[in-house]
Amino acid sequence: MSADPYVLRVNGRDHEVPDAHLGESLLWVLRERLGLPGSKNACEEGECGSCSVQVDGELVCSCLVLAASAVGREVITIEGLAPDGELADVQRAFVEAGAVQCGFCTPGLLMAVDTLLDADPSPDELTVREAISGNLCRCTGYGRILAAVEIAADLRREAS
Amino acid sequence: MTIARTLDDACAALAEHPQARLLAGGTDLMVGVNRGQVGLDHVVVLDRVDELRAWHRTGDDLLLGAGLTYADLGRGDLPGLLPALAQAARTVGSPQIRNAGTLGGNLATASPAGDTLPVLAALDATVLLRSATGSRELPLAGFVTGVKQNALEPDELIEAVRVPVLDGPQEFLKVGTRNAMVISVVSLALVVDRGGRGVRVGLGSVAPVPLRAAEAEAHLADHVGWDDGSPPAPDAVDRFVELVAGAARPIDDHRGSADYRRHAVGVLARRALHRAFPGGDR
Repeated sequence: MSADPYVLRVNGRDHEVPDAHLGESLLWVLRERLGLPGSKNACEEGECGSCSVQVDGELVCSCLVLAASAVGREVITIEGLAPDGELADVQRAFVEAGAVQCGFCTPGLLMAVDTLLDADPSPDELTVREAISGNLCRCTGYGRILAAVEIAADLRREAS
Repeated sequence: MTIARTLDDACAALAEHPQARLLAGGTDLMVGVNRGQVGLDHVVVLDRVDELRAWHRTGDDLLLGAGLTYADLGRGDLPGLLPALAQAARTVGSPQIRNAGTLGGNLATASPAGDTLPVLAALDATVLLRSATGSRELPLAGFVTGVKQNALEPDELIEAVRVPVLDGPQEFLKVGTRNAMVISVVSLALVVDRGGRGVRVGLGSVAPVPLRAAEAEAHLADHVGWDDGSPPAPDAVDRFVELVAGAARPIDDHRGSADYRRHAVGVLARRALHRAFPGGDR
């Protein structure tokens, strides 16, 4: 069934979604209708975390958000982490630590780490592990990701 | 689609569209939608109904809004009041899932593996249902009627869950293949009610619906030193474990065999009892 046209606020901008179907997920609308393919589509059941975005500041799987139900919410995607084209602290940290291999999980992980560091600027390792427990990476074995989170935390603390 | 702002809005929309699907956190519904297994004709969105995302105390009971997320159950005063429910909520999925999925959704989905269900069983929770024409309150066993079956009428929604505040330790334990993002193979909640001099045990993933281990509870009540808090004697613990395992009615499936589940639920029973009454033999 078609949905009435609606507007989504993504990365600080209003986007018209004119001819979507009611059952489309936020992930689908971001990628296929709004041209924001940074959020990745893998499992479509909330298992892998590669589609993670922030909705009103909370980390969620965009594949499990009904897009039309997010009207009036503030959605931040990976594209919104570095709006001016300059890498965000978490992105620099992942590059520096070599925490990116195939890169598919990276956008979701960056959103998870960004959310974590907003809430807890100095997380201990167990806190970090729990915070990224919903983001699957099949390349790195997570060691360099954990190292990247430490670097990102340092960068953010230095900047604040 | 209706984005409800109040309970009355949501009930009115359901009365008008009895075929509508209720959407709370989306962590179950959207999986079916994404797979093309669930068609949407009308959706009533519940996540902006403030009344559903609140809780309050009335006497010795708590009324928990159905829209409380798993993350909410672990925040503020709730973990102190309902430790087993907070522990269960923390084992659900990942941060992403816990930010979205709700207590009411766990009930409505009524999966045998629903993590909050054994806790609600152990607490003798009741479920408050509401429609445009009235409200009713069902015991948990009257609400969860089978595998993924519940007692909701097409025009009804879950408004809240009523649970008691008990004096005594509580434990929730689950067995899965890892700590995060895992469906329970077996789960168990044990709550101590010092006032009522009882221990209540709820079991998950070992039957089509959450179970209570009534015989095990009756046995244990006579073997706890209620006046000094002393743990039950080792042979009483062994008998308790046996009775808990005997209460399970598990099946063989891809996550575990019935034999394994019966064994594991006994292990969890022993561990939970030891944590609730430390110092005894384990």
